Amino acid sequence: MYATTYHRPTSVDEAAKLASEEAKYLSGGQTLLPTMKQRLAAPSDLIDLRHIDALKGITVEGGNVRIGAACTHSEIATSEAIKGVCPGFTYLAGHIGDPAVRHMGTIGGSIANNDPAADYPSALLALGATIRTNTRSLAAEDFFTGLFETALDEREMVTAVEFTAPDKSGYSKFRNPASRYAMTGVFVCKRSDGSVGVGVAGAGSDGAFRSPDMERALAGDFTPAALENISIDPSGLMSDMHASAEYRANLIKVMGKRAVQQAV
Amino acid sequence: MGVEGIGARVARKEDKRFITGKGRYTDDMVVVGMKHAHFVRSPYAHARIKSIDASAAARMPGVIGILNGKQLTEDGIGNIICGWMIHSKDGSPMNMGAWRPLAQDTVRYVGDAVAVVVADTKAQARDAAEAVVVDYEELPVVTDAVKAMQDGAPQLHPEAKNNLIFDWEIGDSAAVEEALKSAAHVTRMKILNNRLVPNPMEPRAALGIYDEAEDHYTCYTTSQNPHVARLVMSAFYNVAPENKLRVIAPDVGGGFGSKIYIYPEEIVCLWASKRTGVPVKWNSDRTEAFLSDAHGRDHVTEVELAFDENNNMTALKVDTIANLGAYMSLFSSSVPTYLYATLLSGQYRIPAIHGNVRTVYTNTAPVDAYRGAGRPEATYLLERIVETAARELNVEPAELRRQNFIREFPYQTPVIMCYDAGDYEASLEAAMKAADYRGFPARRDEAKSRGKLRGIGMSCYIEACGIAPSQAVGSLGAGVGLWESAEVRVNAVGTVEVLTGSHSHGQGHETTFAQLVNDRFGLPIDQVSIVHGDTDKVQMGMGTYGSRSGAVGMSAIVKALDKVEAKAKKIAAHLMEADESDIEISGGELKVKGTDKSVPWFQMALAAYTAHNLPEGMEPGLKEGAFYDPTNFTFPAGCYICEVEVDPETGKTEVVQFVAADDFGKIINPMIVEGQVHGGIAQGIGQALLEGTSYDPETGQLLTASYMDYTMPRADDLPSFNISTTETVCPGNPLGIKGCGEAGAIGSPPALMNAITDAIGNNDLTMPATPQKVWAALQG
Repeated sequence: MYATTYHRPTSVDEAAKLASEEAKYLSGGQTLLPTMKQRLAAPSDLIDLRHIDALKGITVEGGNVRIGAACTHSEIATSEAIKGVCPGFTYLAGHIGDPAVRHMGTIGGSIANNDPAADYPSALLALGATIRTNTRSLAAEDFFTGLFETALDEREMVTAVEFTAPDKSGYSKFRNPASRYAMTGVFVCKRSDGSVGVGVAGAGSDGAFRSPDMERALAGDFTPAALENISIDPSGLMSDMHASAEYRANLIKVMGKRAVQQAV
Repeated sequence: MGVEGIGARVARKEDKRFITGKGRYTDDMVVVGMKHAHFVRSPYAHARIKSIDASAAARMPGVIGILNGKQLTEDGIGNIICGWMIHSKDGSPMNMGAWRPLAQDTVRYVGDAVAVVVADTKAQARDAAEAVVVDYEELPVVTDAVKAMQDGAPQLHPEAKNNLIFDWEIGDSAAVEEALKSAAHVTRMKILNNRLVPNPMEPRAALGIYDEAEDHYTCYTTSQNPHVARLVMSAFYNVAPENKLRVIAPDVGGGFGSKIYIYPEEIVCLWASKRTGVPVKWNSDRTEAFLSDAHGRDHVTEVELAFDENNNMTALKVDTIANLGAYMSLFSSSVPTYLYATLLSGQYRIPAIHGNVRTVYTNTAPVDAYRGAGRPEATYLLERIVETAARELNVEPAELRRQNFIREFPYQTPVIMCYDAGDYEASLEAAMKAADYRGFPARRDEAKSRGKLRGIGMSCYIEACGIAPSQAVGSLGAGVGLWESAEVRVNAVGTVEVLTGSHSHGQGHETTFAQLVNDRFGLPIDQVSIVHGDTDKVQMGMGTYGSRSGAVGMSAIVKALDKVEAKAKKIAAHLMEADESDIEISGGELKVKGTDKSVPWFQMALAAYTAHNLPEGMEPGLKEGAFYDPTNFTFPAGCYICEVEVDPETGKTEVVQFVAADDFGKIINPMIVEGQVHGGIAQGIGQALLEGTSYDPETGQLLTASYMDYTMPRADDLPSFNISTTETVCPGNPLGIKGCGEAGAIGSPPALMNAITDAIGNNDLTMPATPQKVWAALQG
């Protein structure tokens, strides 16, 4: 790791003032710190967002869920309030990384990094979530713009994630055997109006994406059998030594069926 | 058997410090004035070094010195050696290229060290290393051994045309060809044995200390054999004469073979300490470990197994190409030859065997012994082809094996080894019973009802441990003898120190070796200390690898204990005015048989050192040494049975049952033996299911250089193992023990692959059987 200067602001404004082209926000550091240790990133300053009260806390009012950006995966996974309205989401959070990662990593940090193998983006796309930042609100579809790319500006930070709980939700992932990141993860949800959201993590060469084909198939019949005859096009999917695009296409279908199977 | 004697499940004495974080490893060593080294490594797999410009780096903060291969050569530091000479079948010696500790003209793999920076802090050394400008001219790259042999392939060393190091054979080619011609059935396979990265928990480290006033060197290093390190650094690398070089291998966190060898880094740390005038420490990070630790395996083999009309094996033909990487590591030449092809007979009567082995240079990390070293490769190909033959012949795999077992001992194989003792049917029966082999069809049907494909596979392995009689290995090309030494010191108050040339890096020697003393004299193991790993304290020894600490190391201790016992009895007989033949030792006392007369052990010891009343002519003191050279290898053997369930939708394999029935001969501490088997099977499952090493064929970059891409076995990849032992006593050593350190890693991969191929009904599958590969195999 190269030398860096660590900051611990207590307000969003203070954090934003510290931001610069050479600085980076730190919100758990489960990707950034290993990258820095390998000297592949060298921010002049680290601005730790985990100690800003305004970024903390989970509120669930009726079906409306608000999760502060600095909430850890563990806080989300163990939130009885979220589990009561969207158990697929707490299940997803409870299966990120390992306990050490879940106690340090945050939802804001994860989605701002937008690793294609991260779990949250699939759920936020499927749920039609809103990403709140210190300057604006964005639909998840507009927020995630590509591999490790988001709509965030230089000084902009995620402050919260909001979504309306669906009637049913489920997540199923197939882990990369080595890294244990999602090699393919599928989040499904069924809303009260009968519409369905399907988000896919770990598979797209542009990052997480929605699957309109699967959404259509499930809208009429929210059962695993409804996906049986779906054919996933491997073009546009990632291919690496662990999984070819064809294998990932298969996994999308299989994980999709399993996510529907376990959706509650 | 006492509570701490031979056969007792004694908790490990050393574990308190290990599990409370109080172990003392090389990187824990701190000496006054110590500075830090960082190596400049090649980012290219093959390139000519045009120039090295360290001028800017030398001006950076904290930098003490930046040294390169030219200076190393000027100071007369020698080439890194390969310690086992192999001759090709045409009689010519192996074609060995030079390996400089710091590359001077050419780099040959990604990670090849070209310079070292010594600075006040680790971070400063690393900063400056990044500022060293090396101008490379890239050369074409070859990473695949088969391609490296082809005309026109990039050439690594001028000494090795077409990168061929040697073309060696064993056995009777004519007899094999004859048998193949007249065979009723021949099974043929191409077998790949995947390259593995050792990944010990503790990365390699070295601390070189040159004392100018004494003209003396001390090296702390992560070594499995510190005396061999001293010998090689002295005799071949010209670092220092042996009497002026002390090598200490303190607590070492796992080796699996990778810490046998003497690497460039410890040589450079010692040399750099003299050059810069400061103690120099280097500690590998995990990426460096992936790049520069000696890897294991990496064979491509064509194999044919012939049967007569009664399904008796008649011949085995093996043609192997072994990838040795960019340079020949210390024992690299022996692994795919005498540690491999001499085991091709397995547990079977095969009248004719021929093995041909070609070893090849490639632009990859050097390959050397890794847990099992040659024997896993032999076992894998033999047990895969035996299982495949059973399928082709439509006979029970267990019955085909049983029918061909060697049943009379000693048994001379056609490939040098003479098996001394064994009962292969006993371990087969034990494993089949433990696995409920006959109940498998019902379990397969039940799994099918859950949508899972269940398969069963077996492996009957044999290995050769203890390496070995010095004269024998010498005649085969080994540059060293492979005996072991021990010294037993009885202190004046009766406590005991055992100095051993074996080295513990996880094996539990501090416990098992003390159990030998307890068993002999009845002293609590708390009163017995094991001293190892320091060339200034311990007499010359050969170290620990090849499951040799038990069969060879402990045998040396037994020999020394024999001498101590004889002298102790003489002293006690004198003190009690009895005949020494009437003295017996138990429970910490020396007693006169059939009387109530006795002398406590400590009193006898005190008498030895006060020397007031010793038998006439006896020297004072009680300290005896011994060197033990075995008469043969030892031959652990066993049967492993594995059951898997494959998810046909994802290709993911779950190991649902793993049974091991091993014959290790006599066992000193069953708990430690079980731990060795557990670890070995975990590594074997790792090789079969998870661990794939991948180099980019165009650039030679290691694509699996971190745990993000290299899959180590984790607890949730493994089932609860069902292990047991059968016993035939090894006739070759005084304790009757065979060794257990490598068996798990040797026997398990073929059992697993036989089970998976059984489950999916497709035999065309290579290790590691990743979900993607299994899924693809299921698609046909």
